Amino acid sequence: MELRKISEHIGKWFSGSGPMSDIVISSRIRLARNIAGYEFVSNCSQESQAIILEKLKEVLMGLDLSQKVSYICVDKAGQLDKDFLVERHLISRLHAQSKALRGVVIAADEMFTAMINEEDHLRIQVLMPGLQLFQCWEQLNRIDDIIEQHIEYAFDSRLGYLTACPTNIGTGIRVSVMLHLPALKITGHLEKFFNAARDMNLAVRGLFGEGTEAVGDFFQISNQTTLGVKEEDIVKKFSDVIIPEIVGYEKLAREQLFEKKKNMINDKIYRAMGILSNAQMISSSEAMFLLSHLRLGVNLKKIDNLSIDKINELFLLTQPAHLQLNSGGPLSQDDRDELRAKIIRNCLNQN
Amino acid sequence: MKCQKCKDSIATIHLTEIIDGQRSEMHLCQACAQNEGVAVKSQIPLSELLNSLLAAEADEPSVPEIKDTLDACPYCGMTWEKFKKRALLGCPNDYNVFADELDGIIKRAHSGHVAHIGKVPTHAGDGIKKQIAMLNLKKHLADALKREDYETAAKIRDEMNNIGF
Repeated sequence: MELRKISEHIGKWFSGSGPMSDIVISSRIRLARNIAGYEFVSNCSQESQAIILEKLKEVLMGLDLSQKVSYICVDKAGQLDKDFLVERHLISRLHAQSKALRGVVIAADEMFTAMINEEDHLRIQVLMPGLQLFQCWEQLNRIDDIIEQHIEYAFDSRLGYLTACPTNIGTGIRVSVMLHLPALKITGHLEKFFNAARDMNLAVRGLFGEGTEAVGDFFQISNQTTLGVKEEDIVKKFSDVIIPEIVGYEKLAREQLFEKKKNMINDKIYRAMGILSNAQMISSSEAMFLLSHLRLGVNLKKIDNLSIDKINELFLLTQPAHLQLNSGGPLSQDDRDELRAKIIRNCLNQN
Repeated sequence: MKCQKCKDSIATIHLTEIIDGQRSEMHLCQACAQNEGVAVKSQIPLSELLNSLLAAEADEPSVPEIKDTLDACPYCGMTWEKFKKRALLGCPNDYNVFADELDGIIKRAHSGHVAHIGKVPTHAGDGIKKQIAMLNLKKHLADALKREDYETAAKIRDEMNNIGF
């Protein structure tokens, strides 16, 4: 797979379509699996890692997904390529940084990926735009069934699928939904949302941003309990209760802002538009911050001639590794900030 | 990096604030961040979660005392001490070797649950499949009884008898 070929556009899961897509960016489910009879990756010899990698690669590349499937050897990939894969959510940061012999299998539409030799031997995931967890589970479960015809997974009758970290045992499932919550942030209600999520044993993480900072008001919410629950029940709870509830709060916050603080919200949206269409240099975090307000403006129908799709594209294409890969090589921070401002300006002034 | 407030502890919370396009950064330790009213608990990485679970383990009087010199796993050589440092096990057999020690951690990490009731690989033997089906039925039975749905409960009991343990 040539990364340059995919780096100029966004993945299908980030396309701004799907149910509740004004607030729900994407749905993702991943399963953690290990091959029976081998040590877990971090304790595994290079020889064993190589055998596991070959075995899984063969099975995964043979999957019939009705589309082209590519393999990327992550341990031999350059830093920029690895950063790019992380930005695109195709591999995890851990997978990019680990020392094991490792790789990733990616479907052409980027909605299915399989990391080999990350923390566990195999981490398969399905990613879809909007709230589509049932569809994700259906596909992932089917793929897992097929893999299982060729590979014997480490499984225990009491503890279920065995994983390197005891926090993943049982189902090995992680259900994650990425949400855009600018109004909850502006109205100062995010803390309440975090507390409620914590009480329900859910993890909340900020998304995007180069370090630990959460920029752009994107948050990912995921389950932490993987043992003693059925996969379908977790999926159902997320789809029917947890996510609609959060989406409801965000909508309410948007309505309240619109009614009570119209000038304030308009100011934020048009100020974002003003800066983004004129800035000559812009950092990644400032761009994320302002694009988030612009995205809210489009959702509130304040800005014409600009689609959510286009804004999502700007979010992704102005990430550092995307910028560099698309411009042909490494760039200094100043050059990146200049190029980022130019891409955003060009896009906004076209409309 | 040292915390900007107390200039003593290591800064683990890095804040970036952008007001009217002016970017400012703050680097704080956990304690100072909390004093400043900055929400930090919302982003607990799993490894930290596990460490806090391990720490809780040590204080819990009800958990049997863990010997310092637990045997290493005969397959992968993993020791309990090493696991406490890395938060990752060495091989599937470690779940047997350290079963007692892991029990409390597993319960705390999974809302008190101790047994799998989800998907079962097709290669798993009939015994395992029956056992998990039983656990599932038990859960459904408890749910039915809780909502006083005795008709469903009776049906579930029949099903449990049919599995034939």
